[in-house]
Amino acid sequence: MKQQELLNIPPFTEGIDRVDGRLKVTGAAKYAAEFEVPGMTYAVFANSTITKGTIKTIDIKAAEKAPGVLAVFTYLNAPKVPGYETGGDPSKPPSGGGPLKLFVDNTVKYNGQPVAMVIADSFERATYAASLVKAEYNKEAHQTDTSKVLDKAATPKGSRFADYKRGTPDDWQSAPVKLETEYVVPIDVHNPMELSAIIAHWTADDKLTVYDKTQGVKSTQNAIAQAFKLPPDNVQVTAKFVGGAFGNALRTWPHEIAAVMAAKQVKRPVKLVLTREMQFYTVGYRPYTWQKINVGATADGKLTSIVHEARAQTSSFEEFTEGTVNMTRFMYACPNVGTIYKITPVDVNTPTWMRGPGEATGAFALESAIDELADKLNMDPIELRIRNHADIDPQNGKPFSTKYLKEAYQMGADKIGWQNRKNKPRSVQENGWLIGYGMGSGVFGAGRGRATVKATMQSDGTLLLQTAVTDIGVGTGTAMTQIASEVFTGIPVSKIKFELGDSSLPPSPTQGGSMITSTVGGAVHDACIALKEKFQQLIGNGGTDKPDYAQVLKDKNLPQLDVTITSSGSSEMRNFSSYSYSVHFVQVKVHPKTGVVRVNKVVSVADSGHIVSPKTARSQVIGGAIGGIGMALMEEGVIDHRFGRYVNADLAGYHVPVHADIPQIEALFVNKPDYKVNPMGAKGMGEIALIGMSAAVANAVYNATGKRIRELPITPDKLLG
Amino acid sequence: MEDQNNGFEAEDTLQPKDNPRRDFLKKSSLLTAVALTPGVAVKAAENHLDEKIAAVFEKLSLDVTVNGTAHNLSVEPRVTLLDLLREQLHLTGTKKGCDYGQCGACTVHVDGHRVNSCLTLAMMVDGKKVTTIEGLAKGDELHPMQEAFIKHDGFQCGYCTPGQIMSAVACIREGHANSEAEIREYMSGNICRCGAYPNIVNAIQEVKTGGQQV
Repeated sequence: MKQQELLNIPPFTEGIDRVDGRLKVTGAAKYAAEFEVPGMTYAVFANSTITKGTIKTIDIKAAEKAPGVLAVFTYLNAPKVPGYETGGDPSKPPSGGGPLKLFVDNTVKYNGQPVAMVIADSFERATYAASLVKAEYNKEAHQTDTSKVLDKAATPKGSRFADYKRGTPDDWQSAPVKLETEYVVPIDVHNPMELSAIIAHWTADDKLTVYDKTQGVKSTQNAIAQAFKLPPDNVQVTAKFVGGAFGNALRTWPHEIAAVMAAKQVKRPVKLVLTREMQFYTVGYRPYTWQKINVGATADGKLTSIVHEARAQTSSFEEFTEGTVNMTRFMYACPNVGTIYKITPVDVNTPTWMRGPGEATGAFALESAIDELADKLNMDPIELRIRNHADIDPQNGKPFSTKYLKEAYQMGADKIGWQNRKNKPRSVQENGWLIGYGMGSGVFGAGRGRATVKATMQSDGTLLLQTAVTDIGVGTGTAMTQIASEVFTGIPVSKIKFELGDSSLPPSPTQGGSMITSTVGGAVHDACIALKEKFQQLIGNGGTDKPDYAQVLKDKNLPQLDVTITSSGSSEMRNFSSYSYSVHFVQVKVHPKTGVVRVNKVVSVADSGHIVSPKTARSQVIGGAIGGIGMALMEEGVIDHRFGRYVNADLAGYHVPVHADIPQIEALFVNKPDYKVNPMGAKGMGEIALIGMSAAVANAVYNATGKRIRELPITPDKLLG
Repeated sequence: MEDQNNGFEAEDTLQPKDNPRRDFLKKSSLLTAVALTPGVAVKAAENHLDEKIAAVFEKLSLDVTVNGTAHNLSVEPRVTLLDLLREQLHLTGTKKGCDYGQCGACTVHVDGHRVNSCLTLAMMVDGKKVTTIEGLAKGDELHPMQEAFIKHDGFQCGYCTPGQIMSAVACIREGHANSEAEIREYMSGNICRCGAYPNIVNAIQEVKTGGQQV
C-alpha cells in the first residue's frame, strides 16, 4: 500500500534544485568555524617532531608570556578529562585498542601528535605562541613503513574478520587457467575542502554548545557527554553545514575533546581549526593495503576458485578494520572462495573509513584481477563477468532483493562505445596518444537503520520535517524534501522545510555507509504518511485526500499538527541480500613518451534502486567517479620513513583531481525500485559511486598501453621504463 | 651565500626566544605605573594595561572597502586578508581550505581581480576595493553565476563554492572562458573535492554564452 505512494515519481525527471543551494552560493551557509560567539578564543596545537618516544622536557614559558595568550596546555598541566580517568572511551574506537588521549602523559605515538595546545585571543597570536613551545624528546626507533611489516600482520579480533572459506579455495593452483597477482593501495587522505573545526562553548558549568565538523551530531554529543560525564542533553552539537568529509568526521577525534577541555578551563569559547597539514595527522586516512589475489578458472571463463588476502596498516594504539575482502565472497558465482584479512600496526595516527571504505581498496584488486583473467582468456571483460554473474548470494544462498547488474553493464557499454574497444592491448593510437577502454564494478551493502522524524504541519501550510541527521554535501535535505513532497502530493517543495544538523532534534544515525536516504528517507516517508492519516481522522469521512492543510488547521482551531515517528527496516529484509551496484567505464589516453594518463570519457552507472532526487544523485555519482579517478591516478600520502613524517601534507604535494583533469562525466541510473529495503525503493549510492573506479582506470590504462599497474596511483613514472 | 647567511642571522636576532621587545613594553608600562602608586601598578597589571599599550604599537591602520562598505581598521601586519574577512569582519562566505594558496576556496576580488585571500596580507589591500561572495548579488537578486551554479548543481557540500563562483566570474571577465578546455585550465586553481567540476564548467559556459553582464 504505502509503497504505491511513491511509484508515481516519473523516472529520469530532472529533480529539484538543491534546497540549500541559495545559502551555499551566497556564502550564507554556516560551517562549524563560522558561528559567532562573544569572547571567542583560538586554539592552536604544537605538534611532536619525533615519531616515537617520550617528551623529556617541554618549555612553554615563552608561549605563556606571548601577547594575548590565555593558557598553554601540555600533559603536565592539562586538567583531567573525567571520562578519560574512568577508562571510558569517549571517541569510540573502531574495533580494538583505545583512542589517543591528548595531554595525559609524555608518550609520543606518532609524528605530528599534538604535545601542547595554546589558547589566545586571536588566531595569529595563538599561532605565534604555539611556535614558541619547545620540546625535547627521548627518541625511540620507529616504523612507519607498512610494506616492511606485512609479515607481522595479524587477524583482528572479532568473528567478522575471521578467515572465510567456502569450498576448497586452494584449488586455484590446479585450475586450467590461473592467476596470481598482488596489488597495493597507498595511503589516501580524505582532504575535504573544509578543514576539521570545532567551537566549544560552555554556557554553564555543566552545559555546553558545540559547533563541530561531524557527520553525526548525536554520536558527537554522546562522545563529549561521556568524556565529560554529562547527561547527553547538556551537550548540544550543531553541524548545519558540513564542507565535505568522506569519512573523516565519522568519529569524534581527540582534538575535539581537547577543545572542549580547553574551553572549560579558560572559561571562554574556544575555536580550533586544524591546518591542512594536520588533516593528514589527525582525522584519519585510507590505510595502505597490500593485497594478493589468486584465481582459478576454466578455459571458457568460469571461475572455480578465488583466494583474496589483504594486509592493511593500523596505528600502534588502535585496531582499525574495514571490509576490504568482503566483496570477493559474493560478487561472482564461484564455488570455492577464501578471504583473509589482517592488520599490522605502525607508528602513525589511526586510519579511518574513507569513501567506499575497504570495498574501494578490495575492488581495485578484485576488479583488476578479473580484467587480468579476461586478458589471459582473450575474452571481453564484460562477457567474463556475465558468465560468472551471481544470481543468488553465493555467500548465504539468499536471493537478492533486487539486482540489475547486467542491465548496468549494458547501459554503460552502450554509452561509452565499448564496441570500439580492442581486446588486444596497445592497439589504438590517435594523434600520438595510446587509447584504451576499461571498466570495473563496485558493490556496497544497502541497508536501512533506525531514525526518528518529527513532521509538523504549521499554520501557514508549511510542512516542517526535523531530525538530527547531517548533510555532508550529498543532498540529504533535497532528497528528503522530494520524498515528503511525493507523499504529500499537492504541497509544493517550496512549502516543505527539512531541518537537520542539531543534536536536540529527533535522533538520526551518523551520515555514512550509504544509509541515509534509505534510513532517514524511510522515516520521513513514514512520518508523512502518519501525519496525513492524522489529518484524515481530523477531517473525517468524505474529506479529500489533498486537503488545504492550513484551512483545516484554521477550521479546527489548531496552531499546528505534528507526529513523531521512529521507523526502521522490516524484518523481511533478513530473507534477502541487498546491495547497490555500480559499473564504471572509462576511456583514457596515455602518452607513450611521457607516461601521462588523461581521462577522456567517463560513464558511471548506478543500480541503486529508485532515484528519489535525480539532480543531486547525478552530482553524487559524478563526484564519486572523480574521487575514484583521483585514487587511480594521483592520490598518495607519502611518508619519509626515516623521519615518520609526510612529505606531501598539503594540497600542492597531495594531488587531487582539479578542473583540468576531469572531462564531462555521464551518470546513468538503472532506476528500478527495491521496495524490500524501504518504501521509496531507494538504495544508497555514496560509496558505489567511487568503488570500482580505480580498477576501471587501471584496466583502461592496460588496454591502452599493455602495462598492468598494480600499485596505485598510476603515475607516469610507473608507465615509463 | 654569505649574504643569505647574514640575512638569516639578522632575522634571528630580531626574533629571539624571549621576545625582549614585548618584555620591554611590559616592564616600561609597569614601571610607569609603579611611579604612580603601588595600587595603580597592580591594577594596571590586572587590567592587562601592558597588553593594551603593546597592542597600539603592533597594529597598523587599514582603509579598505569591502563589498561597497568603507572600513577603517586597525590590524596586525601579519593578519591575512582571509582571516581579516572571516574573524574580524565576520564575512565567513570566504573559505579557509589550506592557507597556502593551493585550493582556491578563499578566492575574492581585489579591485576586480581574483586573488587568494589567504596569500594576501590584509595590509596589502589598503586603499583597495574587495568583493567577497557576500557582495556579488544585488540584494535578493542573485548574480547570474550564482543562478547558474544552482541550476547546474555546481556544488555538493558548498565549501569551495564561494571561491569557485568568484573565480568563475573573474574567469569570464578575463576572457578565459572561450571553451570548455580553457575554462578547465583557468579554473584549475579552485579545487572541489566533492567533484562538481563538470557541473561547474557547464554553469560557467552558460553564463558566458548567455551574454549577461558579469
